[in-house]
Amino acid sequence: MLGLSRAFGASVASGISAFLPYLTPWDFSPTVVLVCAVTAILYIRGLAAVRQRGVHPGFWRPFSFLLGLALIYGVLQTYFDFLSQHMFWIHRLQHLVLHHLAPFLMVIALPGPILRAGIPRRWRGAEKALWHRAGIRQVMALLQNPLMAGFLFVGLIYFWLIPAIHFTAMLDADRYRLMNWSMAVDGVLFWWLMLTPRSAQGSAAVAYGPRVTVLVVTGFLQLFLGFYFVIQKTTLFTVYGVCGRAWAISPLVDQQIGGCITWIPPAMMSLLGVLVVIHHALHDQERSPVKSQSSSTAAAAAAR
Amino acid sequence: MNACTIASRRRTVLAMLLLGLAAAVGAGCSRQPAFKLQSISGLLPALQFHLTDDNGRPVTAQDYRGDVVLLYFGYTHCPDVCPTTLAMLARAIKALGPAASQVRVLFVSVDPQRDSAALLKRYVGYFGPQFVGLRGNDRALKPLAKRYRISYHLDPPDQYGNYAVEHSSAVFIFDQKGRARLLADESGNAASISADLARLLQAD
Repeated sequence: MLGLSRAFGASVASGISAFLPYLTPWDFSPTVVLVCAVTAILYIRGLAAVRQRGVHPGFWRPFSFLLGLALIYGVLQTYFDFLSQHMFWIHRLQHLVLHHLAPFLMVIALPGPILRAGIPRRWRGAEKALWHRAGIRQVMALLQNPLMAGFLFVGLIYFWLIPAIHFTAMLDADRYRLMNWSMAVDGVLFWWLMLTPRSAQGSAAVAYGPRVTVLVVTGFLQLFLGFYFVIQKTTLFTVYGVCGRAWAISPLVDQQIGGCITWIPPAMMSLLGVLVVIHHALHDQERSPVKSQSSSTAAAAAAR
Repeated sequence: MNACTIASRRRTVLAMLLLGLAAAVGAGCSRQPAFKLQSISGLLPALQFHLTDDNGRPVTAQDYRGDVVLLYFGYTHCPDVCPTTLAMLARAIKALGPAASQVRVLFVSVDPQRDSAALLKRYVGYFGPQFVGLRGNDRALKPLAKRYRISYHLDPPDQYGNYAVEHSSAVFIFDQKGRARLLADESGNAASISADLARLLQAD
């Protein structure tokens, strides 16, 4: 029995050590580790704080938020990053996670109040003051303009996929980091603007109609781009051949799979986004008749 | 602050962003590509490595300062890409005439298990006196591959134990100060490589 458990322990240990090289960062980035760790700590502290107040966010919201965060960390700080640098379609998958999937999962969990509750008391004032600074407010107003947000969201995808720009981004470590950061940050900004209910967005909330328009238009623009990659007869992104692919695969097949990833999942996520927006719109409508009813009874009471 | 000044400020921010964008695009256009090959100036770090040459001597990048260096990763059992690329580089260097003595091609083996120093020396000897074979263990080779963002890996061996190695096709060209300048690959041609090498040598 003891021998068996020891053998089991040894096999687990060897299994972990076999996977360890794949879990360690390919390009260690203190910034990514710090940002992910601080966000996770704030969220978990916040969860404990709101639970103490008797608010229970359930299982799925925290799960969704932390899964999104873990995905961002995973595609940036494991062996996956090496594969993304040496295979076009895995690079597209990395950006799908950074720009779409992970921000979507995080934003849909409505983490704002929980993150805020996780901020240590002595910094809360500073956090509030930060959002009220004129410069920050102007930048946020510009970024959270629905037209600008849609333009940035699709524009960044197109920009980093201009073959000459893509070439330099995959060679230069600084541009590569800038590219990935821009995808993640813009992903969070965009999906927050699209998916957060108006009631939770404050005074600058965007109406649901424009949101649906932005989601549909950006969805189609991504669909065109992905489709364009799929039908190409020549390799657009030569950098993967020059630097060597992660494993043997035809460059055109690599490009076609990458095109499909640029085309299908983002289009589906835009559709999913529209469904979420419709849900919010219906939810708000359900609430507003109650409000008008109560106000009419109040008016009736006043008339009496 | 009234609504009017906020709006005008917002317009200023927008105008500044657009101006910045225009300036960036303009700067990109006005810089004429002086070389025929792809420029990598500022994209990749300066030449740096610790390897062993084909005489079995330990060498570093410092040993090749003062020469224009062409860095290429391959292996002697390579059936196609390596010999074609090296032959093309040999033609380009030959066309330089006497200046050819200031050029070095560093052929870094990604298959040091089979590529002994002696084998490397014989192999690079086919291409010319400017060609140097370099090898090293994983600890020396992996940081170098990462530094220049290239990948290589061994395919599974066949029934006779022969195997191919997948690797990059890039030829990284460094100037006499060791700065990364140009990039060529097997799709290039000897004439343009030769012209660019001559320009790099003249710039000194």
